[in-house]
Amino acid sequence: MSEHNHTPGSVAPVERRVDAIQSVLEERGMKPAEFIEQANHLVEEQWVPRNGAHVVARAWTDAAFRQRLFANGREAVAELGLSMPPHHRHLVALENTATVHNVICCTLCSCTAFTIIGLPPDWYKDLEYRARVVRESRTVLREMGLALPPEVEIRVWDTTADTRYMVLPVQPPRSIGWPEEKLVELVSQDSMIGVARL
Amino acid sequence: MDGIHDLGGRQGFGPVRHSPQAQAFHAPWEKRVNAMYSLAVRQGVFNMDEYRHAIERMEPRHYMSAGYYERSLTGLATLLIEKGLVSREELERRAQGAFPLALPAAPGRSNVTGPTSFNPGDRVRVRADSIPGHIRMPGYIRGKSGVVVSQSPAYPFPDAQAHGVVAADEPTCDVRFSSEALWPESADRAFVHVGVFHSYLERIA
Repeated sequence: MSEHNHTPGSVAPVERRVDAIQSVLEERGMKPAEFIEQANHLVEEQWVPRNGAHVVARAWTDAAFRQRLFANGREAVAELGLSMPPHHRHLVALENTATVHNVICCTLCSCTAFTIIGLPPDWYKDLEYRARVVRESRTVLREMGLALPPEVEIRVWDTTADTRYMVLPVQPPRSIGWPEEKLVELVSQDSMIGVARL
Repeated sequence: MDGIHDLGGRQGFGPVRHSPQAQAFHAPWEKRVNAMYSLAVRQGVFNMDEYRHAIERMEPRHYMSAGYYERSLTGLATLLIEKGLVSREELERRAQGAFPLALPAAPGRSNVTGPTSFNPGDRVRVRADSIPGHIRMPGYIRGKSGVVVSQSPAYPFPDAQAHGVVAADEPTCDVRFSSEALWPESADRAFVHVGVFHSYLERIA
């Protein structure tokens, strides 16, 4: 086993390191260039927060769907044509109410229900959020623009295993009675992570 | 592993650098890295648990100063070498410079307990185990008590999966901890819910 940190000299620029990795995968016949192109399409167009917004809008307007979403999230979102990778084995929708506020994190890395609520934003994966949101939840939310009254109970969900989470925000009263297509526009990624209320 | 990655509850950090239109990616190379680790998993070169643990094994100064996708790149490179697809020398030759890697892994472990069942409302305590390999138990819950809210389906056991050790899948309990129990008089009041594998738990009588 070679020592891992014996190499003197300056570190190669990150793009050259990425090129080096890609050349290895190419030689192994894994066709990385093709896969990268497909992956770009997936992350830019398919795995977007709008998917989760559809789930939320449906849950707001269809009480039976809402119950199915709580009972088995993975099966419920499949009704809307949404799928999850094999290792996202369970989807739990967290219901916000007037007195309960849910917020999701992954203190150990960056786990996210990304096919549903989109790829995680930079701050979610960064050190400050991972360290602070479990311990200083109310303070961190206020810093991020969400000041919650003291009577609102905060529940922080640390994504440590193969369960993935999404927050089901409270429907804004002004939007009651709106059609689903209009409701979709209201729902932000931040509200489904739980750092905003609508 | 009580590694540098285990950040939950660690103090001294500043404000979350949030903006309403925050992006997932900031440069094309980041998307390439994200695609390529995913490709390697699909091709069976390594699994997600090995990938996460390779990042956890990064030298602490590097982990703390690297951005998210450089961590991903480092984990990917380390595993490609450890799985024998390329040598470090060859990778550095192609990159025309040093390619910092993660440090070697310690051994993993199999399930701690036989099949167990927990019911909602059970009071449980997180075992005080400290293991050198991969564990999906954040340090802030070690030895702490909480209440079982629900149970998940059985999942592959990370402590084993990250190390090629044979183990049975086991469920996690959604355990609810009060922030007061986790950090007495040193936390904002909240409930913290953590998915805890049965092997990390003991029942409180």
